[in-house]
Amino acid sequence: MPLFRNIRLLNPAQSLDRRADLLVDESGTIAAIGDDLIAPEGTPVYDGSAWVAAPGFYDMHVHLREPGATHKETIASGCASAANGGFTGVCCMPNTTPAIDAVEVVHSILWRSEGLAVDVLPSAATTKGRKGEELAPMGALYDAGVRLFTDDGDCVRSAEVMRRAFEYASMFEGAVISQHCEEHAMTRGFAMNEGVTSTRLGLAGYPDIAENLIIARDVMIAEFCGDRPYHVSHMSTRGGVDLVRRSRERGARAVTCEVTPHHFVLTDEAVEAHGTNAKMNPPLRTQSDVDAILEGFRDGTIDVIATDHAPHALSEKEVEFQNAPNGIIGLETSIGLACTYLLHRGLITLARLVELMSINPRRILSQHVPLIAPGVRANLTILAPDQPWTVDVGRFKTMSVNTPFNGWELTGKPIGIVNNGQTVWSDL
Amino acid sequence: MRDEVLRARRPVDLLAGRTVVNLFVENSTRTRSSFELAERRLGANPVNFSAEASSIAKGESLLDTVRNIEAMHVDAIVIRHSAALVPWFLAERCTSVFINAGDGRHEHPTQGLLDALTLYEVWARRDTAASRPLLPPEEIFAGKRITIVGDILHGRVALSNVYALQKLGAEVAVCAPPTLMPRGIEELGVRRFHRLDEAIEFSDALNMLRIQRERQDRAFFPSMGEYSGLFGLNHRMLRTVRKHLVILHPGPINRGIELDSETADGPRSVILGQVENGVAIRMAVLAMLLAS
Repeated sequence: MPLFRNIRLLNPAQSLDRRADLLVDESGTIAAIGDDLIAPEGTPVYDGSAWVAAPGFYDMHVHLREPGATHKETIASGCASAANGGFTGVCCMPNTTPAIDAVEVVHSILWRSEGLAVDVLPSAATTKGRKGEELAPMGALYDAGVRLFTDDGDCVRSAEVMRRAFEYASMFEGAVISQHCEEHAMTRGFAMNEGVTSTRLGLAGYPDIAENLIIARDVMIAEFCGDRPYHVSHMSTRGGVDLVRRSRERGARAVTCEVTPHHFVLTDEAVEAHGTNAKMNPPLRTQSDVDAILEGFRDGTIDVIATDHAPHALSEKEVEFQNAPNGIIGLETSIGLACTYLLHRGLITLARLVELMSINPRRILSQHVPLIAPGVRANLTILAPDQPWTVDVGRFKTMSVNTPFNGWELTGKPIGIVNNGQTVWSDL
Repeated sequence: MRDEVLRARRPVDLLAGRTVVNLFVENSTRTRSSFELAERRLGANPVNFSAEASSIAKGESLLDTVRNIEAMHVDAIVIRHSAALVPWFLAERCTSVFINAGDGRHEHPTQGLLDALTLYEVWARRDTAASRPLLPPEEIFAGKRITIVGDILHGRVALSNVYALQKLGAEVAVCAPPTLMPRGIEELGVRRFHRLDEAIEFSDALNMLRIQRERQDRAFFPSMGEYSGLFGLNHRMLRTVRKHLVILHPGPINRGIELDSETADGPRSVILGQVENGVAIRMAVLAMLLAS
């Protein structure tokens, strides 16, 4: 296991920010932190002076596609992609086939992820079969380790069912209800954001209000049920940022939200240049929405960066725009885009980046936040925040290639991870 | 060339030996016939593919279908499809010349061109002194106002009209219930009306789009009767209009809904002229893209 010389150790959760040598031993435990450490015989030594060691990054919104769509991704390939992108943990979404709405599916995913360098936490469906009608067996799923409930891919349409979900989940300490916020009645047949670009391209639109309405409704239900934890998935609109900010001003502490890199980097105009690799749900929005999201990062309204990593086979994406499936891959470009578009633009500090990509998602999911201290099992992300690099999809470990970011020049790159006694170097 | 070819009933040989495929994944007998006549009159060999007959019905992807057609060495593919942007999608991945014959609710470029040609002829003949050569289009269209009336949201004709007529220097407006108006249309430099009398007042020409009965299920408007009452054009309304107002319609007409028969067949209507010009414009497009 490695010795990192003169690396910046950064963990806001323990108020740690200093340079030192960092030694990880054979068992994957942090053996020593200090100046001028002596490397034991055979220990590879790395110059860490341009690198940062942070608590392992966590992507709380990924689609691993297993079970059911292993031609797009598997748990193994998705985790290899996560490690390559600098993540030590992922929370996978329940829109698999079958859906993650039963303990057996949770167990099969946990079993398949055993021994990997990346930890997998399955989320589970809020309702049986993600149909929005009857609650999934939350008690049993919670006992199996599930902490986040969402019908992701679909929105729970019924306010009544959402109320019951909040109330029922309140029995389970640390359980959080999350939502893919989409008023489906307003988005039938949509292909992109509704606005002047969809008008110009003749594509059916998904208005931002269809997302905002559900955020507003669910925040009200969560408050009504006693300020229950509620997490807004992949928030994409100015209105959404505003609703979360206002809920905090009212004193609601339990509303959290995540934003994907593509929603803070791209606008709906990218549809023209990138075709179906700019088609996702929620769709790319306008510059006004991106500006509001950037302000939400700056003022701390946004809690989490999550990728909504959504692999699809080339044959599925190489079709008429409106017939293509929604989603893009994201695990291997997340750190690069966050550093380039948030950190280096001065909107957030590096410490805040660690909160957005490691500490906050872990806390929302009631997962422990790894410490950087001697004697602790190493769970680290090593990144080079100032290193320029060019995105090359050929170096990705995901099985799919549906990204608009291939060839982009970014500043800030994952170097590797240490977790579960394994060191994985990024191949990007 | 138009008059020569359309009236001589004898093909010119501009595209002799060329093969043009009419790939109509969405049916349109009228547009397909217009293209086919244009192809024949230029001496090309048309081959027709329709959705039901093609392998798309068997689950083949559109891209595979087109690559198979290309492998048989064709010169151009005229494509009609219900999905927006399909001609761009294909042109980026294939080598043929593609001609857009309507992509979803997006565009119908030859319709935009034929509408512009029709208006040009009407106005140029009126505005040019006899025995003089016709004034050029930029002089004819300068200051002219055209309003497109009807289902702007789902109509591909609207956007192609906007682009063609604005490029020629005319001012374009749309008139429709707000439910059939796409968001942000005014950002394309288009004026909006919700009352037909205001549109008439404003315009030198009205392009009356067909209202599609199947749209009613999504509550865009309460009934065909109410639509017709608010946005249908009839001869009684035109009685008091003194100016020379030109009436276009891309067809097929719902008589009694968008237009009453008196107006459709009346002196202001140029609807059959549009159909004639459709063949001419498609000949011109094919000749420009394919003639060596």
